Amino acid sequence: MRPLEPVSPALRAVLGIGFFVIFVAFWAWMTLGGYVNRVFLADPFSMLRDGWRLLVEDNFALDILITVWRVVGGFVLASVVAVPLGILMGAWKPFEALLEPFVSFARYLPASAFIPLLILWAGVGEIEKLLVIFVGSVFQLILIIAVSVGNTRRDLVEAAYTLGSSNRGIVRRVIVPANAPAIAETLRLVLGWAWTYVIVAELIGASSGIGYMIINSQSRLATGQIIFGIIIIGLIGLISDTAFKALNRWLFPWSLA
Amino acid sequence: MTKLAIDNVSRTFPGTHGGQPVKALQPTNLAVNANDFITILGPSGCGKSTLLRIVAGLDTPSTGRVLLDGREVTRPGPDRGMVFQSYTLFPWLTVADNIAFGLREKGTPEKERRDIVASYVDLVGLKGFENHWPKQLSGGMQQRTAIARALANDPEILLLDEPFGALDNQTRGLMQELLLGIWEKRKKTVLFVTHDIEEAIFMASRVIVMSARPGRIKSNVVVDLPHPRLYTIKTSAEFSALKARLTEEIRVEAMRTAEAH
Ligand SMILES: Nc1ncnc2c1ncn2[C@@H]1O[C@H](COP(=O)(O)OP(=O)(O)OP(=O)(O)O)[C@@H](O)[C@H]1O
Ligand SMILES: [Mg+2]
Repeated sequence: MRPLEPVSPALRAVLGIGFFVIFVAFWAWMTLGGYVNRVFLADPFSMLRDGWRLLVEDNFALDILITVWRVVGGFVLASVVAVPLGILMGAWKPFEALLEPFVSFARYLPASAFIPLLILWAGVGEIEKLLVIFVGSVFQLILIIAVSVGNTRRDLVEAAYTLGSSNRGIVRRVIVPANAPAIAETLRLVLGWAWTYVIVAELIGASSGIGYMIINSQSRLATGQIIFGIIIIGLIGLISDTAFKALNRWLFPWSLA
Repeated sequence: MTKLAIDNVSRTFPGTHGGQPVKALQPTNLAVNANDFITILGPSGCGKSTLLRIVAGLDTPSTGRVLLDGREVTRPGPDRGMVFQSYTLFPWLTVADNIAFGLREKGTPEKERRDIVASYVDLVGLKGFENHWPKQLSGGMQQRTAIARALANDPEILLLDEPFGALDNQTRGLMQELLLGIWEKRKKTVLFVTHDIEEAIFMASRVIVMSARPGRIKSNVVVDLPHPRLYTIKTSAEFSALKARLTEEIRVEAMRTAEAH
């Protein structure tokens, strides 16, 4: 095998799915074979059974929907703030000098540590959940976007100036389009992180959502349900990630190698 | 008749990390007439790009000033079109949209813009590639697009910084003829930087030879070869005589550069 040599799409699919199969087979072998205690780890079949029961009897679909809404809501909120601010900071250095130290500091504040505070401020309702995700993603987004904008190819900026661009024209017609793929890619990445924040937010002071179901199942030792919840998160993540990637490919055909 | 006046322009870059300041360009004077095709020839690092960037307004001179049509240059503008040493097409725009970039900034109406773009696509021989992305083009095609992009703005003067430096010999020859053909047809004022002697003579109405770093203008050679020029002229006696003369001048400078290192 040569380094960096691409594989065919068919082989890629076979290999990718193959690993899932191996993983599930190993899990089935460990649990059905009696190598681990059923109390701590459910086997794949009871997981599916528990999952099915969750869906038809406990209206779990609604929890999934609520969680998705929280992720999307918090993430959109963070993006709406972070994208313009990141561009502002990357493009105009005084803004960067003003905000960069603070954002760098704020980025290290763990979102989960804010939960008690946010509950005090906003109660245990939806606002609090959205804020956890917002706090968790917004500073990261700002910083990554500002760095990428700051690294805009100077020769392209100079070329635009010699073609008559004004300072505003440079931002609108060079900096924004040049960085759009990187920004979209950053959003995709941080959306993944938002999923971890939402579950943490739902583990504390929530009465609905996937995280709530998981913490609820723990007290009943329903490991099948917990694993089902985790797998649902993984599946939604995989789907949204794939969709995001496809969207980026469609939006920015020029940036692909 | 003087289109561009370079008046006592020098450039010293401040030293970085406490190092010595770099003297890139000694005080330089040059008058460029309208419709002149000036090539600037000099060894690597002698300040050719620096001089061109100052004319473009992308860099400010340490002393002196640049006048275009009597007005002092303070910042880059569409009256000075530039083609860079590296590939600088906007990768998110198609060939046609790259060429239209300056026209859009100017606010040229859509219909007129399309006509102008079409005429320049034709002029640089890129018909059929209007909707390609830059990454789908060869180096030669990218530089042709860059030339069209600069020309479409109808600048007072065209600045080219080793535009064909990265191309192979055959492509380079074709591009020289293409650019010269455009100049013969449209009579532009051109400042063309190169370190290729043949290229400098073939294109020029006047060759400026620069000394080794810190650069200054060492000599000024009028090229009186007839127009239209074909590549065959490169084997003529006059051409060879000019080439021999310039080779000698450049050799001295290159040796001085080598000794300095
Ligand atoms: N921004 C800068 N800061 C410091 N020094 C610089 C800068 N730009 C250029 N120089 C120095 O100025 C000198 C002239 O550079 P310039 O790029 O003008 O040379 P050149 O004649 O275009 O060379 P080449 O033919 O290799 O492109 C070089 O010694 C270079 O190191
Ligand atoms: Mg140079």
